[in-house]
Amino acid sequence: MSTILVQSGRRLIDLFAYLGGMASLLYDSLWWVTIGPFRRRGAIRRRESVFQAYRLGVASLGINALVIFFVGMILTFQSAYVLETFGVVEYVADMMSIAMFREMGPLITAMVMTGFGGAAIAAEIGTMVVSEEVLALETGALHPVRFLVVPRLLAAMYVMPIIYVVASYLGVLGGFTVAWAFLDIEPIRYFHRTTESLIARDVIAGVLKAEAFGVLITLIACHEGLRVTGGAEGVGRATTNSVVRSIVAIIVCDLIFTAIFYFL
Amino acid sequence: MSTPERRPTRTPGEVILAVEDLRVVFGDREVLRGVNLEVRRGETLVSLGGSGSGKSTLLRTMIGALEPTGGRVLLFGEDLHQASEAEVDHLRRRFGILFQSGALFNSMTVGENVALPLEEHTDLAADIIRIMVKMKLELVGLRDFEDLMPAQISGGMKKRVGLARALALDPELLFYDEPGAGLDPIVAGVIDELITSLQKKLGVTSVVVTHEMGSAFRIADRMVLLFDGRIVAEGTAEDFRQSTDPYVRQFILGEPDGPIPLRRSRVSYERDLFD
Repeated sequence: MSTILVQSGRRLIDLFAYLGGMASLLYDSLWWVTIGPFRRRGAIRRRESVFQAYRLGVASLGINALVIFFVGMILTFQSAYVLETFGVVEYVADMMSIAMFREMGPLITAMVMTGFGGAAIAAEIGTMVVSEEVLALETGALHPVRFLVVPRLLAAMYVMPIIYVVASYLGVLGGFTVAWAFLDIEPIRYFHRTTESLIARDVIAGVLKAEAFGVLITLIACHEGLRVTGGAEGVGRATTNSVVRSIVAIIVCDLIFTAIFYFL
Repeated sequence: MSTPERRPTRTPGEVILAVEDLRVVFGDREVLRGVNLEVRRGETLVSLGGSGSGKSTLLRTMIGALEPTGGRVLLFGEDLHQASEAEVDHLRRRFGILFQSGALFNSMTVGENVALPLEEHTDLAADIIRIMVKMKLELVGLRDFEDLMPAQISGGMKKRVGLARALALDPELLFYDEPGAGLDPIVAGVIDELITSLQKKLGVTSVVVTHEMGSAFRIADRMVLLFDGRIVAEGTAEDFRQSTDPYVRQFILGEPDGPIPLRRSRVSYERDLFD
């Protein structure tokens, strides 16, 4: 019994240490975006941020579009299955728009981004640690947080809302395809119901979620990358950890946000 | 950030790097056990030692990448590990490091690598920086390779670019982490030549960590030998050559047996095999 307690205690302490590390990284990043440039300690690397945003956004858009389109189709089938029994199949449009913009849009975008953004960032930074590039930055008075983390964080914050909106529309479009082809719902009715049921609050909720997920993915990936020890194996571990931990963090965050938005 | 508030005076012979009673402990392993060292302006100090002697740890501590468990490092008179972040930044601009594999930034070209310290730490115009990059690359003989990516050049060239980058801000002090490692004798000789000419022409102080004896004797003014976390021998290159100290002789001549043992175990061989 005591071993279980010791183990769980240790795990809890490790978790707090990890969260502390992340909080510290977030604080440093925010410092370099606000106070750092003000005190002339170093400007934000704008070109690098734009470059990272391009890599993140353009690389992931294709897969994102495909996945969410299919998810839209699947959800529509499943919803229709239930709604048919109540004779209100056309409510499928309402459900799809709200589900996409409030939930599936941010969530699917985040999941895809975990692979494209998170894993790639962890691997890249991890490799830089192993090859002493990060050490070279540090000892050259070029702060790694400013050079590596901030551009990627800013990139994620620019890109996530855009991808989220595009993805959500594509999800709705997927739903529309099924509704039109298989459920005999007229296109006009579908779009009418979609636009009627969607309110600004849904989109705002979605954007906030998408931003939060983006920040989580990037911070976790950078944190894992910067902590790498032990060569190629370490980089592999960091990449895996980054993906797994991001997924957990996203889901937990999603629950919290969803509950809050439900009651607001 | 353009002109320093106080112009540091450069007196030849002054101590610019001092290590006082340095101790570094990792978990239950004492890697450095009270190291004392002084480096004077204008000299080339070679730090010798086998694997596990603590020479890499010593280097890391001296450049501020590792915090010591005890003792202190005084760089240009300032305690490196007690100074504020801004002060450490100022100090870091006064020295350069050549890492073992060059540690070039793989996402940038050769020219961009060398330009980065200039762009970040000076207010010089872009075309001036371009000229300076060419000058630094010319110094290491790689002026034509400015637009290549690190992945496109050989290991020896990466090191030379790394040296050009370390020289970007005209540092007073340079650290070299095993500069000859993995290089053919000719390229290694080129790097040695560069180290010596930097000292002669620009008065640059160098601290070189190596175990290539030929190279060491070519470049060193003074040498220290590390073993088991301590300095066991110290003196001029000539002292080392003439030394009768068993540690020194074993290391210089590359003898497999002597005071520096190849095999060190806590348990005897027989017990370990048969218990």
